[in-house]
Amino acid sequence: MRRLIKADALREILLPLGRMAVFVLGAGALLSVVMVVLSLLFRGSGADKLLQTTQGVNIFTYTMANLPQVLIDGVTLGFVYAAIALGYTMVYGVLEFINFAHSEIFALGAFAGVEFLLILDGTGILKTAGGLAPYLYLALALIVGMAASGGTAVFIERVAYRPLRGAPRLVPLISAIGVSFALQDIIRLTESLTTGQFYRVIPTFGNFDERIPLFSIPTSGAPIRVDIQVKSLVVIAAAMFMLVGLNYIVNATRIGKAIRSVAQDRSTAALMGIGVNGIIAFTFLLGGSLGGAAGVLYALKFTRIDPFVGFMPGMKAFTAAVLGGIGNLTGALLGGIVLGMLESFAGAYLGTFTMGNFGSEYKDILAFLILIIVIIFRPSGLLGEQVSQKA
Amino acid sequence: MRNRALWIVAALLAVGLLLAGCGGKKEQVIKIATQSPLSGGMSAVGTDIKNGAQLAIEQLSGPLTAMGFKIELAAFDDQGNPDTGVANAKNIVSDPAILAIVGHYNSGVQIPSSEEYHAAGLANVSPANTNPKVTERGYLEVSRICGRDDVQGAVGAQFASTKGIKTAYVLHDKTAYGQGIAEYFKRESEKLGIKILGFEGTEEKANFDSILTPILASKPETIYFGGMFDQAAVLFKQARQKGYMGMFLSDDGFDSSDAAKIGGDILLQGAGTYFSTVAGPAAAYPGTAKFQADFKARFGSEPQPFAAQSYDSAAIALKAIENAAMAAGKKVPARADVAKAVRALKDFPGITGTFTFNAKGDLEKAKYFIIQVTSGDPAKWAENKIDKILDIAPPQ
Repeated sequence: MRRLIKADALREILLPLGRMAVFVLGAGALLSVVMVVLSLLFRGSGADKLLQTTQGVNIFTYTMANLPQVLIDGVTLGFVYAAIALGYTMVYGVLEFINFAHSEIFALGAFAGVEFLLILDGTGILKTAGGLAPYLYLALALIVGMAASGGTAVFIERVAYRPLRGAPRLVPLISAIGVSFALQDIIRLTESLTTGQFYRVIPTFGNFDERIPLFSIPTSGAPIRVDIQVKSLVVIAAAMFMLVGLNYIVNATRIGKAIRSVAQDRSTAALMGIGVNGIIAFTFLLGGSLGGAAGVLYALKFTRIDPFVGFMPGMKAFTAAVLGGIGNLTGALLGGIVLGMLESFAGAYLGTFTMGNFGSEYKDILAFLILIIVIIFRPSGLLGEQVSQKA
Repeated sequence: MRNRALWIVAALLAVGLLLAGCGGKKEQVIKIATQSPLSGGMSAVGTDIKNGAQLAIEQLSGPLTAMGFKIELAAFDDQGNPDTGVANAKNIVSDPAILAIVGHYNSGVQIPSSEEYHAAGLANVSPANTNPKVTERGYLEVSRICGRDDVQGAVGAQFASTKGIKTAYVLHDKTAYGQGIAEYFKRESEKLGIKILGFEGTEEKANFDSILTPILASKPETIYFGGMFDQAAVLFKQARQKGYMGMFLSDDGFDSSDAAKIGGDILLQGAGTYFSTVAGPAAAYPGTAKFQADFKARFGSEPQPFAAQSYDSAAIALKAIENAAMAAGKKVPARADVAKAVRALKDFPGITGTFTFNAKGDLEKAKYFIIQVTSGDPAKWAENKIDKILDIAPPQ
């Protein structure tokens, strides 16, 4: 019996890692093939000629040369989206309602982590930290962000959602939108009262800004270097660690079993002696902490945050959750990675292929257009709503 | 029930009208309105536009007070948003006590809002709006004391050319201001033989990865950003972190100490960061030393860019109201007369220059600056190095 549990636990760790690898490689390979075919089709077109006159390369070389960097950026962004999307999908799985305040939970985590790092920076220990110390400080910031976000999520659930649990489904939704606005302005108010600032910038420390050169592609001019920033690696590693951890909690622990049973049938679960309120609060804690950690990682990657920083990533993560099949943990992961990749590809190539008529500012339109097409053919998302195992 | 509710509303309205009527007669209050972003990302500059005008009203309304008027500031928050600006403008023109408006930081907000001022004949003196369209519409009510983007964009391109730059990648923020200036930069660059490798707009504020990939692949010698610092500084920072070592060039939207807060020392690396502006740092104007000291004493911080211009705009508004009131026999002047009085000023001495407007509302000669960022410390933003000062007349 004991050995069986162990094997089960190992399986729950290896399985999501395998899925991530499949999703990343699959989405990356598929989009790369699409781009290669497109670039071959576009040979001799106006876009090709324009590239040859301005930069002296043909469109095929250009596409291939940029491909590795685009893939790396897409994966990084995808994992951030996936980490946020899990918060939406977990709550939906258990309560069948969209927690629109999750984007602000994300922003709150970003602020808590950044403020913590700024305080550390004020004492001067960040600047001198070398070796592994910066990673320790970042881990601490992640924990602070997770605690702030997780705590707030639980508090919101208790104050704004639990009293409305029996109400029609639209009511908690409106409540969530209200909470979202309230949180935005609470962050703004707190920041302007305490620091007088609108923007907060994460301090520079450690070797996160350094670049690890991977390889370089020889072109007719100077070779194009492909490299990855240390912080991108950190973001990917941290997100992977959290996703695996969450999967383990939900699928291989007692409390995870309780979450799944509450998701399946709340009243029967209560009859079986499961404290439903406690489990729902725990779900919010898990989802909120993940969102908070994603906020800190987002701040690390993109350096600047403001009180409204949650809106776009939150919107996209929600979309990712729907794309993958809402209520489905694996689906959120897939949706996040696909959306991150799509955005990265569209942003990098759209301008070139349309000769500058549709620049990268249209990347969201293209990404969402593909999303609409997917939803038309698969209304319940790529992997479908898993009714038997929603959370 | 419904009838009763109507009666109550009618009664309340009647009382309100009576009160309003009484108020107007008892006190001769003249208000000067300001519109600038007081909240949100551009509030640092926007608040000091309001504060500059407030200081001018406190210091310079003596002659009007002597005539028995009470001068008040009515500050409006346009949030850098055209919709909010127009809604405020409707409130402003419906308040008869407001005789002039100092305002707007963003051209994209000023242009639609000033349609309302124009319809109401209300004088608008702009401290910071550089889009050509601001004055090209030929409205008598709209005047500005700063330069224009068609000149500013060209000044940027000429500067790049003197630095020996041969290739540039141009980005803008898709607003009337940012896109406008980027297009003028592009036009002049092409005339000077600078190759434009790309021209793109973006509203992205955080993640510039996918925009930067094609830019870095095309290896421009300079990246030009037409727009505000809150995008530009993040873009520049991420470009440097991706290993770009060329020159960054931007416009007067970059002129905020928050740019240094976001970008930090990264702005100084490689070929450095430069921006053109129509409002030089305090050191460029000998007359601003007293203003700076007064401002710091009154509001507790160094004035942001455009605060001194706002002070001058309010001073012009006050002088025009004073002249119009004198002409009207020390009575509250009509709005149209104030607007005419603004244009009638000749060689009005302000702290950032002497001002005479042409028929369109542009200054007969405006100053343009090229500034090099020399410190990553936001507190030292005002000490940035002035690379060049040019006096240029607006195009006819």
